[in-house]
Amino acid sequence: MLEIRNLRAAVEGKEILRGIDLKVNRGETHAIMGPNGSGKSTLAKILAGHPAYEVTAGEVLFEGRNLLELAPDERARGGVFLAFQYPVEVPGVSNAQFLRLAYNEKRKHLGEEELDPLEFKDLLAERARVVEMDAGLMSRSVNEGFSGGEKKRNEILQMAVLEPKLAVLDETDSGLDIDALRVVADGVNKLRTPDNAVVLVTHYQRLLNYIVPDFVHVLYRGRIVRSGGKELALELEAKGYDWIREEAGRQSAISA
Amino acid sequence: MSQAIKEKSFYREAFEAAARAGEPEWLARARVAALERFEGLGFPTTREEDWKYTNVAPLARSEFRPAAGPAGPLDAGEAERFVYEEARRSRLVFVGGRFRPELSALDALPGGVVALDLAEAARGGHAGLVREKLEARAQAPAFESLNAALTAGGALVLVPDGARVEAPLQLLFLSAQDGSASFPRVLVAAGRDSRLDIIESYAAAGEVSYLTNAFVEVFVGDGARVTHYKVQDEGERAFHVASTRADVGRDASYDLTTVTLGARLSRHDIEVRLGREGGECHVDGLYIVGDGQHADTHSVIDHLVPRGTSRQNYKGILDGKSRAVFNGRVFVHRDAQQTDAVQSNKNLLLSGEARVDTKPQLEIFADDVKCAHGATVGQLEEEELFYLLSRGLHPDLARNLLTYGFAEEIVEKIKFDSIRAQLDGAILNRLRARLEV
Repeated sequence: MLEIRNLRAAVEGKEILRGIDLKVNRGETHAIMGPNGSGKSTLAKILAGHPAYEVTAGEVLFEGRNLLELAPDERARGGVFLAFQYPVEVPGVSNAQFLRLAYNEKRKHLGEEELDPLEFKDLLAERARVVEMDAGLMSRSVNEGFSGGEKKRNEILQMAVLEPKLAVLDETDSGLDIDALRVVADGVNKLRTPDNAVVLVTHYQRLLNYIVPDFVHVLYRGRIVRSGGKELALELEAKGYDWIREEAGRQSAISA
Repeated sequence: MSQAIKEKSFYREAFEAAARAGEPEWLARARVAALERFEGLGFPTTREEDWKYTNVAPLARSEFRPAAGPAGPLDAGEAERFVYEEARRSRLVFVGGRFRPELSALDALPGGVVALDLAEAARGGHAGLVREKLEARAQAPAFESLNAALTAGGALVLVPDGARVEAPLQLLFLSAQDGSASFPRVLVAAGRDSRLDIIESYAAAGEVSYLTNAFVEVFVGDGARVTHYKVQDEGERAFHVASTRADVGRDASYDLTTVTLGARLSRHDIEVRLGREGGECHVDGLYIVGDGQHADTHSVIDHLVPRGTSRQNYKGILDGKSRAVFNGRVFVHRDAQQTDAVQSNKNLLLSGEARVDTKPQLEIFADDVKCAHGATVGQLEEEELFYLLSRGLHPDLARNLLTYGFAEEIVEKIKFDSIRAQLDGAILNRLRARLEV
């Protein structure tokens, strides 16, 4: 479904990603871990098409198409979803209205009939149960005045409404207490199917107790330095990131 | 002959040509005094600080003639579409600044509430009050003086103490005659502990070029609450110059929301006096202007006594080659301790050719006060835009939604559905897009 080949990217002239290779098949869940500043969030934002990041080399194929050629909204309609690390507040636009417009954009893209506000209300109520979202938050402006946990739930609600093929969750666990984490993780698990794929970007192993990945990749200084199964996350949890740093240091000493 | 002299003689001629049979002597004298004052002042020029960014020379050159009356080219059906649903049975309609009883309806107003043509009131039972109020403004600036000299009517609204008027009273001012000028004059006095909602609206019937020069005064009695909407949706070739002045009583509240959509050039002067303790005002506004439009708002909020509260929130959306001016002054006088004043003006520029001059000002002479102000001018937020795009919204839809959201803070406070619907329509029309909301 997703194939990243030798991806290099920079922000404000500074190279952040220095040759990423990653393949994600449908039905799989991948976790991308790594210390702060390793390029995890950059990778997530590049997949969504954030304009501040410049791809300097490599390619990204999504269902065989060149993803990097598509505008952010085209990627989204095509089934790519990014749950933001810091969800954006949109004053004056109600959550329900925003979700319906986004949902209908997808329906139109698929050549399906749009839903009117009443029809959509039913669908929204059903999807809101996935993340145990309070109905009162639907009529409020998008993310405005939401708590940290409510914002993250709202991201997963959007995922539930849009049903993406590929969901990239950028530090969705950050800032959540254990109860909120469980709700969010349960929500994501309910949305996993054999046909879609999830990429979890996280600093901590904690989230992976709830959303169990098929593969774990360790990103360090813009490269994937280690890949493995879910036991790799446990190893990282036990040993910290220092051994990765040392190992990466040794490797670069050898290659030099 | 210089332009200034020409203007003066033009309006004197218009003044002398007007038939005002049956008017009381004091009013005739007041008109002459006002005309002389206008002639002394002349139209303001951009050399005056308050008119620095707004050039009324094209208005002065146009020589609009006071609209002919009493009948106009408008029938009831045409007028009907400018009437808000909520005010269907509580409306005074004016065409060319003259009262049109056959287009008006007042049966939703409770007994004891007075709502009638000011020209009529000056001749009849309320002459004493009307005289007192009209004569009190002898030192008026140019446009108010011109209004006082040439007004052919307007509204007198009196709400008795304790009365609650449920239906909003719409004062609808229509212009239908090319090259005409109208001079609406409105006096509203809400008695102690009364409740009143007013919708003051301006529109054009047909593609006409004209001037509206309006002057509205509102007296809010002790403990009373007046909510006032001014909706300026004049024709695109119109000039609109208006003053709104309000006096707020003890523990009373005055809530003004202005909506500016129309006219090629508009200027609105607002002055709210908090002259009794515990008075409160909200002065909010939304201006949406496009190519060739110029909208200027000048406001003064005067805190004269302790414990007053004022909130001002003005927002502007500018597109094409348009221009807006916001000048807001809040004065906190020496005695006005424990004043709480907040003022904000935010502008969204949708085009590189739009321009805003904004100047919020606080002048504080008391020491125990809570005051804040600020202004911004900018484009849509990039992060907000990316967020919407990342959910699959097409760029046009995403921009429109954000623009709509920018206005929504003002729109959502409006308590009448039909005004909100009109505004939504105007915003969407301005965005030239379909957006189901």
